[in-house]
Amino acid sequence: MASSIVTEKLDDYRWIIPKSGKMRTEGIVYADAAMMKVIRKDASLQQVMNVACLPGIVGRSMAMPDIHWGYGFPIGGVAAFDVEDGIISPGGVGYDINCGVRLMRSDLAVEDIRNRLPALVQALFQNVPCGIGSKRKDLRVSAKQMDDVLKKGARWAAAQGYAQGDDIAYIEAGGCIPGADPKAVSERAYDRGKNQLGTLGSGNHFLEVGTVDHIYDPPAARALGLAEGQLTVMIHTGSRGLGHQICDDYIQLLLRAAGKYKIDLPDKQLCCAPVRSSEARRYLSAMACAANFAFCNRQIIGYWVAETFQEVLRMGPESTGLSLVYDICHNMAKLEDHEVDGRKKSLCVHRKGATLALPPHAESLPERYKTVGQPVLVPGDMGRSSYVLVGTEAGWKETYGSCCHGAGRVLSRKQAKKAAKGRAIVRELEDRGIYVRSAGKSTVAEEMPDAYKDVDTVVDVLHKAGIAKKVAKLKPLGVVKG
Amino acid sequence: MQPKYEYLDHTADVGFMAYGATVEALFAHAAEALIEVMTPVKDIEPMEEHHLSVDADDLETLMVRWLNELLYQFETTTLLFGHFQVHEIRNFRLSASCRGEKLDPARHEIRTGIKAVTYHGLYIKEQDDLWESRIFLDI
Repeated sequence: MASSIVTEKLDDYRWIIPKSGKMRTEGIVYADAAMMKVIRKDASLQQVMNVACLPGIVGRSMAMPDIHWGYGFPIGGVAAFDVEDGIISPGGVGYDINCGVRLMRSDLAVEDIRNRLPALVQALFQNVPCGIGSKRKDLRVSAKQMDDVLKKGARWAAAQGYAQGDDIAYIEAGGCIPGADPKAVSERAYDRGKNQLGTLGSGNHFLEVGTVDHIYDPPAARALGLAEGQLTVMIHTGSRGLGHQICDDYIQLLLRAAGKYKIDLPDKQLCCAPVRSSEARRYLSAMACAANFAFCNRQIIGYWVAETFQEVLRMGPESTGLSLVYDICHNMAKLEDHEVDGRKKSLCVHRKGATLALPPHAESLPERYKTVGQPVLVPGDMGRSSYVLVGTEAGWKETYGSCCHGAGRVLSRKQAKKAAKGRAIVRELEDRGIYVRSAGKSTVAEEMPDAYKDVDTVVDVLHKAGIAKKVAKLKPLGVVKG
Repeated sequence: MQPKYEYLDHTADVGFMAYGATVEALFAHAAEALIEVMTPVKDIEPMEEHHLSVDADDLETLMVRWLNELLYQFETTTLLFGHFQVHEIRNFRLSASCRGEKLDPARHEIRTGIKAVTYHGLYIKEQDDLWESRIFLDI
């Protein structure tokens, strides 16, 4: 497959794919030599090259160390396009628009819940709908309310009482992407979304109770309110059927637009339109709606998690102390200003399976994080660890402030199921002190730790390359899967 | 014997090849492969019958729309179809009778949900009286 693609080693963590064929710019992969061997096995390098062929790309077509074969863009792909003569591609955002991660901290230590862990995980499994076809009966949203969800995002949830303190300030973009226009959203997308607000979904989505295992940067950890031994909760989900349908609707529109604007597509899934075109503007309005739905979804689930902790541990909110560290997107396109060759430029930055990583002193950071930078949440697999990093000035300049979003898969779902055959993955994890509850039987096998790259090495690459800085390592204790 | 479909290795998602002696059979088999990702088709009883029709500008887009229509039906009504009779595909228009039932977690093993049917690496071709299609799903 991709093994014949030429790469040039720039340093221990950077590999250049030189321009060839219709590429308008070179590609760059952030990885170490061992990871490159694995990356070469699938079609992801070809996908980095395909993205480099799209009009108006500024700088390199980038791949984070968790890169793996996606559809259209590679997962872990980052590319910026000039707002004046570049494009936007729904495939560069993905079906799960604003799929993202939320990290909550607590005032509890592992010892406080040790013997209650199974009960806690079981209660979370019951209270947070997960897996296909599940929903909570006590959350119904009228059409009018749905419009507000799409326009206001997490702020709608907070206004309905789904909030703890000032947590909206700790969501990327304040939990609301501006420019959302519900009129750009199809009836089908509404239909798919209305039963899915406040649901986790399936696949790689999860809810995880964990603990802070190690602190690398004590001052930054203090600013983020993280300390060793502290209990944490991580939530990974996105815009559910609403976002999936919006992506599908706009891929169809932009396939036609690509023909209209005579854009040569290396893969149909990369269909796109000039950022300034009417088609792109409509997509941006619809994408913002999906992003806001996802922010709202994670906000509501976060509230149910806090409620469940109080119920199971019979404590008040002031004792559990569950509050938001940060909530980030990892499937988004955003209009941002960056300095390119000494000049300020407006760019449309696509991050497909990659996150924003604002450096210290960035304007949109909450006051408490001003000196440390934006928290970057990097979930690993359910058996090993997850990381909290912060953005850096060097990363802002080199990758438009982008960072990895997870460990990245190494095994296909089919291979994982084969590797799991005859093994009781849930039991194996339990023996390691990790309690798992899952709606789907096969999901646990497909998502088993062996299916993923080692997140330690993924994070180390970006830390050593100076793109982001390690702050804390988290260990899983209990996992709810769809 | 030619299988109706077979799954492919894709790192993050699910891909499959579907086959059929006719283009109608190809579309019916692709639908089965799609549902099988979510739950075993053999456990779906044909309790309700629905008529679906889909159209598109080309055959590949028709495949994506057809399969996405089944996802849409499931997500909005929890109806799982397991028995497909694709009557006719003409001028990129498909009409089909689909039989199935609503999801019952007590009887239907819940596997993985599907986010969407993608255009990535998608093709449909006919060779030596055999139709085949490659499809990747976003999981």
